[in-house]
Amino acid sequence: MPYAPLPTANTANLRTLEGLHVGETARISALHVEADLHKRFAALGLRPGNWVRVLRSASLGGPMHLRIGTTELILRRHEARSIALAP
Amino acid sequence: MKRVALLGMPNTGKSTLFNRLTGAHAKVGNWPGLTVELLSAKLLVGDQMVQLVDLPGIYDMHGFSDDEKVVTTFLTTQTTDLLVVLLNTSQLDRQLNFVQQMMQQDIPVLLVMNMVDEAQKLGIHVDAKSLSEQLGVPVCLLSAKYGQGMEQLLPAMRQVLTVTSPTPSFTVDASHVERALEQCTSVPSQASHALTESLDRVLLHPWFGLPIFFAVMLLVFQGVFTIGKPLQDATAWVFTEGRTLLLEPLMATWPTVVQGFLLDGLYNGLSTVASFVPLIILFFIFMGIVEDTGYLSRAAYLMDALMSRFGLDGRSFVMLLMGFGCNVPALMGTRVIRSKGLRYLTMLVIPFSLCSARMQVFVFFIAALFTATQAPWVLLSLYVMSLVMAMATSVLFKNRYVNNDAFILEMPPYRFPTLRQILLRGWQEVRHFLQRASRFIVIGVLLVWVLTNFPMAVSAGSMDSWAGQMGQFMSPILSPLGISAELTIALIFGFVAKEIVIGSLAVIYRQEGQMLVSTITSHINWIQAYSFMLFVLIYTPCVSTIATIRNETKSLWFTTLSVVWPLCVAWCVSFIFYETATYFVRA
Repeated sequence: MPYAPLPTANTANLRTLEGLHVGETARISALHVEADLHKRFAALGLRPGNWVRVLRSASLGGPMHLRIGTTELILRRHEARSIALAP
Repeated sequence: MKRVALLGMPNTGKSTLFNRLTGAHAKVGNWPGLTVELLSAKLLVGDQMVQLVDLPGIYDMHGFSDDEKVVTTFLTTQTTDLLVVLLNTSQLDRQLNFVQQMMQQDIPVLLVMNMVDEAQKLGIHVDAKSLSEQLGVPVCLLSAKYGQGMEQLLPAMRQVLTVTSPTPSFTVDASHVERALEQCTSVPSQASHALTESLDRVLLHPWFGLPIFFAVMLLVFQGVFTIGKPLQDATAWVFTEGRTLLLEPLMATWPTVVQGFLLDGLYNGLSTVASFVPLIILFFIFMGIVEDTGYLSRAAYLMDALMSRFGLDGRSFVMLLMGFGCNVPALMGTRVIRSKGLRYLTMLVIPFSLCSARMQVFVFFIAALFTATQAPWVLLSLYVMSLVMAMATSVLFKNRYVNNDAFILEMPPYRFPTLRQILLRGWQEVRHFLQRASRFIVIGVLLVWVLTNFPMAVSAGSMDSWAGQMGQFMSPILSPLGISAELTIALIFGFVAKEIVIGSLAVIYRQEGQMLVSTITSHINWIQAYSFMLFVLIYTPCVSTIATIRNETKSLWFTTLSVVWPLCVAWCVSFIFYETATYFVRA
């Protein structure tokens, strides 16, 4: 029986915010989160089309310190993984 | 009376504006249909009195968090005549959606663009007049913190409240709001806070960040202790002198029972408690400064990796820190956490935070039984113990209360707290303390006096009195911890509020000030004192905390757990400490 291609197979090649290095800037292309979280992310500036810059990253796998426009925020890597970046 | 609601996203300076408008006259009150208490105050707008209500900060009108539900329920059930919508002027881009949602509420809106001082520093300009024309609502540019532009706010509110303004004829859609804001604001392409950037390079350093953070906290506690202790001694001295020079001669001819009741009961108890007011003010001022600078969000960043291993997150840690002031507001602060599991886990650990009421007890016992050089370290050991208990509890319960919330937090730029803010906060805390004093402490110390002086004809505080009998009844449980019958009575009353503990000892030993210290020194040794302090640290902080947990969770089972678990831990920890320490001292 033929398998339908899994959607995750492609996302592996896509850039996510988690992979962005300190000092780099990229444009957000999509948020793969549930509706409620989507609203909160958007209210803090994390929405498709916006540019995001990684200011620093906490040690021991701690959160990332980001800047979007004039807003700065911290986000866990786990959540950063669900934010896709434009190539 | 017309009603005005204050609304905005978190961190837009809502409480600052509320305090600026109402001074220190705000009241906390219940609202029909709402599960939480909201701050409100009467405000004179032009010639009419209106009621100003401070609604919780929310990100989205259609969200599902408790705070968002409170706001939507409030707006649908309570008639509101004006929505004052607060925005952070430097970050308008991400608040567009919120503005649009507010303008769809069928309630007149007044847009307040706050923190205009920061926006100007970043080179951001807003044309309030043309924005107001394009959106069809009044717009005020101001800084609630520094008072800049505040003079326009009341007239603007009055105008909306008196003139029944027609609703805008055009539809308020997102693109319209966006276009209007784009046309009326100018943001330079490189807008950032230079000072914040340099400070963060040091304070959020991957290696030095955490050590600096702990040093800052140590400095705060050390500062409270070094400045507060002489002030406390001075206050205690004034009360002792007041008794011997003024009250005793005045009451010399009064019946002995009345004298005993008023002097040994009420006055001794209350004056011992009141002497701690300077320490409490200092503590809240210091913590307030740390909070107002924006350093607490940095603490969340620094501690999150560590906290996640205990099943908590950076916000839980900040709440724990807030709990060092008072557990009750910290428990209510957990509302920002959306995951029920994480919220419950955080509420379970907050009562281990060494609050300022418990600090009083410790400061008293430490001063009585330890040298001045040992004192800060003993106090620090209790703070460490408080965190250890919280983390251990968290690890044990993290699989029961699972965190499934995203961790995302705004990092505000560093801000200088103003003297006005600091003093206002100090005053609010003292008022809060005195309110508690009138409710719990007076009744508490009087009850202690009655229980220690009755039945008639027993010698006061002896083991034949009611209190003595209670102490003896409990002694099989507490004597293995080195806690005497007198201290047991204090512990029983301390269940109501820790502020009563020292006051009740004053009543039990019929002594106050320096005399009370020397009496206690002669009755117990340092091991017993430390065991007692451990018990006070870990068992239930106060009735208010229990009531808050019950209120926030609406769960009898969880409330019971949050009382019983710390009691068991307190007994075990004190037992292990007392028996081990006594063994080694004997050996």
